[in-house]
Amino acid sequence: MSENVLDLAREHLLRPTGLGESELERVLSGLLGGAIDYGDLYFELSRHESWALEDGIVREGSWHVDQGVGVRAISGDKTGFAYSDEIVLPALLDAAHAARAIARHGENGRIRAWQACQGHNLYAPADPSADLSADEKVSLLQRVDAEARRLDTRVSQVMVSLAASHDLVLVAGSDGTLVADARPLVRLNVNVIVEQDGRRESGSFGGGGRTSYGFFLEDDRALTYAREAVRQALVNLEAIPAPAGSMNVVLGPGWPGVLLHEAIGHGLEGDFNRKGTSAFSGKIGQQVAARGVTVVDNGTLPQRRGSLNVDDEGIPTQCTTLIEDGVLVGYMQDRMNARLMNMPATGNGRRESYAHLPMPRMTNTYMLAGDQAPEEIIASVDKGLYAVNFGGGQVDITSGKFVFSASEAYLIENGKVTRPVKGATLIGNGPDVLTRVSAVGNDLKLDEGVGTCGKDGQSVPVGVGQPTLRIDGLTVGGTQA
Amino acid sequence: MHDVESSRTERLSLETIVENVLDQARKAGADAAEAVVSRDLGLSSSVRLGEVETLEYHRDKGLGLTLYFGKRKGNASTGDLSEGGIVQAIAAAAAIAKHTAEDPYAGLPDAEKLAKNYPDLDLDHPWDIKAEQAVELARRCEAAARDYDPRIRNSEGATVTTFRGTLAYGNTHDFVGSYTATRHSVSCSVVGEQDGGMQRDYWYATSRVAEDLQDVESVGRQAAERTVRRLGGRRLSTREVPVIFEAGVARGLIGHFVAAIRGPALYRKASFLLDHLGEAVFPVFMQLREAPHIPRALGSAPFDGEGVATQPRDIITDGVLQGYVLDSYSARRLGMETTGNAGGVHNLIVSGEDTDFNDLLARMDTGLLVTELIGHGINMVTGDYSRGAAGFWVEGGRIQYPVEEITIAGNLKQMFRNILAVGNDVDLRGNIRTGSILLERMTVAGE
Repeated sequence: MSENVLDLAREHLLRPTGLGESELERVLSGLLGGAIDYGDLYFELSRHESWALEDGIVREGSWHVDQGVGVRAISGDKTGFAYSDEIVLPALLDAAHAARAIARHGENGRIRAWQACQGHNLYAPADPSADLSADEKVSLLQRVDAEARRLDTRVSQVMVSLAASHDLVLVAGSDGTLVADARPLVRLNVNVIVEQDGRRESGSFGGGGRTSYGFFLEDDRALTYAREAVRQALVNLEAIPAPAGSMNVVLGPGWPGVLLHEAIGHGLEGDFNRKGTSAFSGKIGQQVAARGVTVVDNGTLPQRRGSLNVDDEGIPTQCTTLIEDGVLVGYMQDRMNARLMNMPATGNGRRESYAHLPMPRMTNTYMLAGDQAPEEIIASVDKGLYAVNFGGGQVDITSGKFVFSASEAYLIENGKVTRPVKGATLIGNGPDVLTRVSAVGNDLKLDEGVGTCGKDGQSVPVGVGQPTLRIDGLTVGGTQA
Repeated sequence: MHDVESSRTERLSLETIVENVLDQARKAGADAAEAVVSRDLGLSSSVRLGEVETLEYHRDKGLGLTLYFGKRKGNASTGDLSEGGIVQAIAAAAAIAKHTAEDPYAGLPDAEKLAKNYPDLDLDHPWDIKAEQAVELARRCEAAARDYDPRIRNSEGATVTTFRGTLAYGNTHDFVGSYTATRHSVSCSVVGEQDGGMQRDYWYATSRVAEDLQDVESVGRQAAERTVRRLGGRRLSTREVPVIFEAGVARGLIGHFVAAIRGPALYRKASFLLDHLGEAVFPVFMQLREAPHIPRALGSAPFDGEGVATQPRDIITDGVLQGYVLDSYSARRLGMETTGNAGGVHNLIVSGEDTDFNDLLARMDTGLLVTELIGHGINMVTGDYSRGAAGFWVEGGRIQYPVEEITIAGNLKQMFRNILAVGNDVDLRGNIRTGSILLERMTVAGE
């Protein structure tokens, strides 16, 4: 990451109200001292725009801007936090005074000298909405709408949304951390409703990443989203009720990796493990998945939705192996939990905005490829379910029970994919579900870039991925008992 | 007195900003405009294992505005309420409106629908509490939970929060309205352990008036009781059985009904309750009434998100759907009138026969009591429903043992029709007030 981004952040976040490194030093040293062992300031300027089409017209467009600074003081496992949406010295000093109430007594502390941090260079720092004019954005949405309607006369409603955000952040920590990041993010989503003989079904598809709107024009990518949404909706028109009960399930590649996010990802976040409230607590070194299963969290993939040059505590992201050949080898950590667990920070400290506290969060979480052909995996199942598209999921960290909901699935009968079935929720137990992985495909795929993860009321963009997988004895929540 | 005064000053200050925004919008050439300004203050104190874990001071403000140029519109929002911030937001909305399409249905609500004289709903009850006092309350709450049973071995902590916020809304029909509201809460979540298996559960109390909150020790004990009773959970084999949604999760079930009768779902034909006005959606013994003016209630509001007067009304009478949940845009799309629901419903009260919870269990005899649901397996277009569940197996009207790692599935349209009874154990902690709900039959998937 270039020095230019730090200059950009100074110019937009600090200079307008005359702040400089010496003022940041003053605020941080006022924060530190007594039992406070770490403090940081998180400056943020975020801009967001979105456009929405329905009934063939772009009738909504929105613009949003927000800026502010979060001030945090940490003492052991205690955190004091305050924020202000005015980036001026008196507000900063006020916030610092409030935050340090957690443990501050006595003299001011000393902060370390500023050190430049070397982050990655995974995406362009520019405003991602600037490479198309407003007219071009409107016409892009109209082309997507026209494509969806052209494909099939049964398409009765098309909704398309286009959104871009640009997030400029600067982190100043009492250990001398001074680092900035400029984060673009774009997304395009298509939802369609189809109608046939009084039956209605829906389909949706989308994609994006830390790139610019031009991404959707490459190879007419946006139009492929429309085709995929229509295809899914038409498949659902033919769907029969889903089966209920325990069965062998083959998951398709890519977005079905939401399985990993829910089943093991959250359970391997440092905070839950430090507190001993995760079903994975104390399981490092143990076999938690079948041999051949390797899962990583990788924040360093260029232009991916879950990637970051540095995390929200100023630490460069990395590729962290969570499960290696079936054995649990690592957790995802932010600064505080890493220190308390005496482990290295892994660049997973993330926050929704300056008004939220950072905590350990995933970036892009995926399983590495195995060596089996996907067709062979399907052919190996006598009777079961083939699930290729999913909505969201959820997990109970403590009991380990997790769900994820299929939106496109088929029966497998005698090794062949046969009839489509209605959406159903799949449920399992995180600590043992991966021990029942009986085949790993050679077709690793990452999702298209639409994932958003919620934890403690904070949303952050994430990615998932996996190759085709066979899992034996997963419970499918259909209606056909 | 001080609080009444501070609210009045704050409301006046925000109303002035709204009027300024509307003036500037007109000067920028807008034919019509609306704006909402809010400012909130809050404190959140958490304790874990007897020690302070976090102290968070919240301070948020924001401006949202919509400008109309003929039948085109643009939206903008900002956290910057300064003159410069307002000018920037108006320019951004105006720029967007140059590119959005003419929409014949776009515009402000009709002037006569606006809440010209709106009631004071007694929503502002500041809690004069210092961080140290909030920490002490959280500590007592968590201690009560941890002392409840030796199987409570760990904790996710207890939290005490207090928020006070003022909102002002105005539009170019010469309307501006504002109100201040408070919300306070106490919550606790603990972890129990038995035979190597862990479970966590939680409880919370929330109210606009601090004195009305359930006492903190009893919140803690209830969190612990709910956690301990889940220990030793078993799975079930796949079967079809009657199901009771405990009041807390029954609220979500009614929430799906509300989502299905909201304007956008209807004009997009994306609802399983399309064209059901005047039809029986629930059994004949059920009534759903919206009561937006209950003093101090969590869902009360004097006007909706576009200044339209809220009014008490029946949504379900003897099981039959009487009206939709509409804002002015979706109402025009449907050829109807707004129901004052821009932003959602306000205190939706579900009533059925007045059945005691134990009578519900007895009536079910054998079946599943659901106390927690996870996942989002709901298709609003078809009504297909499939979610992860945890709860208790019931036989002979008595709870037998906890169950987990199962799903429940059905179709919402049929599930609503197949409601057998609604309990009188009404949960008042939200915008939808319902007791537990007994359903005739759902598919449970397990081993």
